[in-house]
Amino acid sequence: MNMTWKGWLSRATVAGGLALGTLAATAASAQETIKVGILHSLSGTMAISETTLKDVMLMLIDEQNKKGGVLGKKLEAVVVDPASNWPLFAEKARELIAKDKVSAVFGCWTSVSRKSVLPVFKELNSILFYPVQYEGEESERNVFYTGAAPNQQAIPAVDYLMKEEKVQRWVLEGTDYVYPRTTNKILEAYLKAKGVKPEDISINYTPFGQSDWQTRVAAIKSFGSAGKKTAVVSTINGDANVPFYKELANQGLKATDIPVVAFSVGEEELAGIDTKPLLGHLAAWNYFMSIDTPANKAFIKQWHDFTKNPKRVTNDPMEAHYIGFNMWVKAVEKAGTIEPDKVIAALPGTKQDNLTGGTSEMLANHHITKPVFIGEIKDNGQFDVVWKTDGLIAGDAWSKELDGSKDLEADWVKLNCGNYNTKTKKCGGA
Amino acid sequence: MRRCLVLLIAACCAAWSLAAAAQSPPAGAGQPSPEAAYARLASDSYGDIEAGIALLAASGDPRAGAVLRALADNRLLFRPDDRLLAIRDGAALTDARTGAALPGADGLKPVRLNNRVRRAIDAAQGSLNLLAPDAGTRRVAADAVFKARDTAVLPALDAALARESDAGVKRTMQEARAAALLASPGTPEGERLGAVSVLQARGDSEALAILRGLSADPAASVRDAAARGVTGIETRMALMANVQNAWYGVSLGSVLLLAAIGLAITFGVMGIINMAHGEMVMLGAYTTYLVQELIRQNAPALFGWSLPIAIPLAFLVAGAVGILIERVVIRHLYGRPLETLLATWGISLILQQAVRSVFGPSNREVGAPSYMAGAFDLFGLSITWGRLWIVVFALAVFLALNLILKATSFGLKTRAVTQNRRMASAMGIRTPWIDAFTFGLGSGIAGVAGVALSQIDNVSPNLGQGYIIDSFLVVVFGGVGNLWGTLVAALTLGVANKFLEPYAGAVLGKILLLVFIILFIQKRPRGLFALKGRAVEA
Repeated sequence: MNMTWKGWLSRATVAGGLALGTLAATAASAQETIKVGILHSLSGTMAISETTLKDVMLMLIDEQNKKGGVLGKKLEAVVVDPASNWPLFAEKARELIAKDKVSAVFGCWTSVSRKSVLPVFKELNSILFYPVQYEGEESERNVFYTGAAPNQQAIPAVDYLMKEEKVQRWVLEGTDYVYPRTTNKILEAYLKAKGVKPEDISINYTPFGQSDWQTRVAAIKSFGSAGKKTAVVSTINGDANVPFYKELANQGLKATDIPVVAFSVGEEELAGIDTKPLLGHLAAWNYFMSIDTPANKAFIKQWHDFTKNPKRVTNDPMEAHYIGFNMWVKAVEKAGTIEPDKVIAALPGTKQDNLTGGTSEMLANHHITKPVFIGEIKDNGQFDVVWKTDGLIAGDAWSKELDGSKDLEADWVKLNCGNYNTKTKKCGGA
Repeated sequence: MRRCLVLLIAACCAAWSLAAAAQSPPAGAGQPSPEAAYARLASDSYGDIEAGIALLAASGDPRAGAVLRALADNRLLFRPDDRLLAIRDGAALTDARTGAALPGADGLKPVRLNNRVRRAIDAAQGSLNLLAPDAGTRRVAADAVFKARDTAVLPALDAALARESDAGVKRTMQEARAAALLASPGTPEGERLGAVSVLQARGDSEALAILRGLSADPAASVRDAAARGVTGIETRMALMANVQNAWYGVSLGSVLLLAAIGLAITFGVMGIINMAHGEMVMLGAYTTYLVQELIRQNAPALFGWSLPIAIPLAFLVAGAVGILIERVVIRHLYGRPLETLLATWGISLILQQAVRSVFGPSNREVGAPSYMAGAFDLFGLSITWGRLWIVVFALAVFLALNLILKATSFGLKTRAVTQNRRMASAMGIRTPWIDAFTFGLGSGIAGVAGVALSQIDNVSPNLGQGYIIDSFLVVVFGGVGNLWGTLVAALTLGVANKFLEPYAGAVLGKILLLVFIILFIQKRPRGLFALKGRAVEA
């Protein structure tokens, strides 16, 4: 009897203490933290790329809290998992903004997911930082694009091949969805403007997850045998890349014969494959892990310490989050509040040192300035930078190469418009 | 002090180059000095390095071969201050110019490579290796010279041709000579004509490229000969393209067969709509990954055996998981196909996320043993070893499965249970166990397929998803319950796909194929080889 009584008493005390503790914690957090939403898929097909971005955001937030947080308050990460499911992205975004009251969201990878959350961010007036290279042709008041626009990746890569490799014949090989289609449209217009004949351009699309590349590689081989130097510009997405490069190697197409320049293959994608057959093929990015600057070294060390794994690689979208997050911190401190309208107004013009030795700036069109690097794949899965642009390139929201978007301009500072038509002098597109 | 040092180094360099000049045999009029080549190699500019390589190959320096090999392997280092060049061999450093040991040299960084530099190395090594003792090396060298089309190698090529004994290598050298002759502007018309016919006989895409480039040749006879050569090669290549397509089709068909054959048991024979079939394939692929990891860590010499070792293990792992699923979930759902579909779909998601949690979301590296890499030439048809082995393996699995079903007691019981469950049960067959083992067999075969697919696809948690639709397509098209139907269906779909792809593109080709299958199923709802008799009603 005595024992039971004692046991009950002690349990009650523990429960009471726990309840009290929880209450205190909630009260404290409600008062003192600024919430930051992280909207990256942690399950499903896109988990392969997006999980890392969630980790890097947690690291950046942790780091900022060690420095004392923002506006004297600690930051609190709210992580949700939209599970690679596009409608779920919109649902989770709504949950982050309306229920968790986050002050900004860092997230999305695919263009479909970005387009799916756009209406939510507009309706609830919040801020999204989008860290991935994309097809452009967009500028929204609530979105800040820290990845590369086509003129910050695709066009410089083609310039490099034309100048350095003297390429005259082009295969534009892509997966069949919006990013490759738009990028290839821009590249085709650009190449034709540079005097490349239509018969020297071959454009092909394959379905998602294509794993049988025999026919395509044979076709590239025969297209490349017309007596002119040929290169492949690859916008092949995700998992389809590995079988593509394997088939290239098996059929004996070396980078010295027909180089492939890819826009979606980075350190993370190379981590899972044997890179010997890929030696010498190229990738164009705004950041490479192998770039030797003190800032990059410190970032890589911080990343290894945070993940407790000295083998984890860093990549371009991670740097984009690094730049975007620090710009957001600066803008919030400048505005002195987390109120979205004021932060959106404070962001353009914010400057932040990137990891490769330059200083990126948020532009009025909500894109940023970035350097462009061309790297050759080495046998250790890293890239050797063989070329870079002289300075930083400003991101174009609307491509100058396409008829539909040539006359459009995005400027949220002076014009307060994402698609101002310079011909008709009206906001609202072509 | 510093200036003294620089002067000293300069003096040393000068003395060294004088000594080098004294040592080397009297250089020919056009032969550049090796020092000029080395000085340009020790640079950060790709243009300089490229020029340095050409100079080095032309200089006749006996150390050129070793230096170029080191450069190609990224083992050539240089010091920017005094243009010292060193070759790294493990931990030891040697002076590239003299071959003397260089203990404790610091401030060295690697000479950088890009594609331009690599091309220059290939060409230079080609001209240096034309007289190598090994026929294989000479063939590679002749190929490199063919690609480089450098007129400066012509004398070396003539010398090599005179001494060549191997017929195959000799032919390659003649082709290289023809290519170089056509590239040099001063070649007389007769020799050009001869070169054109040599290239026409070679008949591949590279010969075609050179001949096409002759359309603006000053001599009419050469232009005509080249045009005839182009037509001849194009006709031959169009013919070969069809053979090539057929082979690609068989190869794609074998992959479809591998992916579908396990499903032909679980869905075809047992009638279970098994949406987790793809995940069994994935488990097989991950088993291969684990086997390779263990071998890499413990016995690297066994790497070539990793796939044969993985095959039985993958069968056991996937088979055991299959039996578990059947015992725990599916047996409660027999006769309720919709619930089975949903339950197995759920299991597939659980398995995917479980693998993602254990191994992480990113791809795992599964290496190819040496016999799976590369390609060989069969009458101008390029066949990759990996694909060939997969075709052989798919057929072997198919035959083994047939044997199990037709010639073993277990197979007999399986067929008895599927044909008439109550009668089989009355004969003393323990039908629940036969169900479990049959499902295990189908899953195990899927696991074995995973071993082969790990060689051509990504080993990631999503591996199975890419194959599930195609697998059902093959089984339904071939006729449910018929293994031979599965074989014919897989090969038909593979070949049809590959013949459609060049004309319609990969996306439209796939759509056309699906439309065709829909129409076909309308006409013959039970597939190519429909089962007749009592099994149909069961």
